[in-house]
Amino acid sequence: MTDLFKHDLLKQVAELDALPVGAYNIRANGNTAVRNTTAHINIVTKTDLPGIDIHVQAGTKNESLHIPVVISESGLKESVYNDFFIGPDCDITIIAGCGIHNCGDQDSSHDGIHAFYVGENSKVRYVEKHYGSADEGATGKRLMNPTTIINLGKNAQLTMETTQISGIDDTNRRTNAVLAEGAKLEIKENLMTTGDQRAVTDFVADLNGEGCSCNIVSRSVAKDNSWQEFTSRLNGNAPCAGHTECDGIIMDKARVLASPSLTANHIDASLIHEAAIGKIAGEQLTKLMTLGLTEAEAEEQIINGFLK
Amino acid sequence: MLELQHVGFVADGKEILRDVSLTINDRFVAVTGPNGGGKSTLAKIIMGIDKPTSGKILFNGEDITNLSVTERARRGISYAFQQPVRFKGLRVKDLLKLAAGKDATITDACNVLSEVGLCARDYIDRELNDTLSGGELKRIEIAMTLARGTQLSVFDEPEAGIDLWSFQNLIHVFEKMYERTQGSILIISHQERILNIADKIIYVKGGVVEKYGPREEILPGLLNAQAAGACKVLTDKLAENQEGGARA
Repeated sequence: MTDLFKHDLLKQVAELDALPVGAYNIRANGNTAVRNTTAHINIVTKTDLPGIDIHVQAGTKNESLHIPVVISESGLKESVYNDFFIGPDCDITIIAGCGIHNCGDQDSSHDGIHAFYVGENSKVRYVEKHYGSADEGATGKRLMNPTTIINLGKNAQLTMETTQISGIDDTNRRTNAVLAEGAKLEIKENLMTTGDQRAVTDFVADLNGEGCSCNIVSRSVAKDNSWQEFTSRLNGNAPCAGHTECDGIIMDKARVLASPSLTANHIDASLIHEAAIGKIAGEQLTKLMTLGLTEAEAEEQIINGFLK
Repeated sequence: MLELQHVGFVADGKEILRDVSLTINDRFVAVTGPNGGGKSTLAKIIMGIDKPTSGKILFNGEDITNLSVTERARRGISYAFQQPVRFKGLRVKDLLKLAAGKDATITDACNVLSEVGLCARDYIDRELNDTLSGGELKRIEIAMTLARGTQLSVFDEPEAGIDLWSFQNLIHVFEKMYERTQGSILIISHQERILNIADKIIYVKGGVVEKYGPREEILPGLLNAQAAGACKVLTDKLAENQEGGARA
């Protein structure tokens, strides 16, 4: 059990330094290490694929589910399929995320494929953090490719907070959402790449139901020689409202490509996209320096605030 | 406290300041003069944002000419920007805490906001982004300088954009700041009401300090010159005439 909390991975990805309350399934080095179900949230191991099915009973309110993954074996590669069946009239929080500590010279990777089926009038807050660390001298890469599939039923709401601040060498982050009548989707992405890291983010949302809405906001910082690619596409297929925004800070020799796009297939689809990429404004650094911060401290404050 | 010795500043081949020598020890010192005359550059030279191309700057006897902005800030100089900077993600309380130093509490931050006429509860968690108006940002900028409470505070046109707040309050802020710091407050302004509280006035024109002396000596000359239509240095009389004297 103590190994679960080694390298601070669970702390980093799910703010856990002990087992959580409520339902949980913690996966460590390719297997379920510990699991807890509740009267309203059941977790079942899949029989055809690696992963779990989560069933949340109708009307479940104010409960939480933790499903973090930790990998500390160098060379471990896995694809995990988790399906979430959330009944109507629920209000729950799901904490996911993956932490990889690579101590060797072989690449370690985790591809998490999460599919959400959110019932009518349900409300879900979904938080995922991706984090990597390594022993000194270890050359194995940390790779993650999260895929999130979101199906929102009538008047269902999902808020997704997805964060990758450090330690992941290569990532393809894909999110596909389908919204029914009156559904609401909010996505907030915070991303930072350093060194030679590469991060590709791809959001697609089909706004199919009358009165549905979607807001996707990505804030990213690209440092050193890193590369980021941000794509988001909103398809307005009904009277709906959609907004997508990518805001990037670029530093050193990093490169960022941002491509927000909109397709309006209905006369009453109201869609907006915004993208802005630039270095930290000199006057922002100067202002913080007039408060007594060094240039490096000022830069750190600006980045931390931006990604908060 | 602050001494400028033969300070000059040339940028892009153009002489912005020429042979400026000043000693500033008084409570309130106002810097005035026509636009483009070098007032803001003078303030930036004092803060270290611009480096003089000739001359020396002494602060409490120490030569700070080659010190960075950070080092000058840590020695006790503050600077309130004419155009406050916006920060996505940083909140009012983050900046006020940075301004006040590590030991500052939320209560301290709330107090300075109240002093500049902003309801702390409404503003403390706001981001300094585009949702704040120019006037709100300006008052937060003043609050940051107030929170620092340094020996020398430089304000570049603090009155600009705060029309809805009374001048009397702004002046009250300066007075409170002096009570606390017992230092010097240098204010760049075109406003007669600000000049009226100054102990000394510096008149800068064409990159040169044309006049520097006690208010009683300098201000009447400026008002007479304006009355004669020589140069519209002071803007509040002009604004009052345009608005029928309605502004507080």
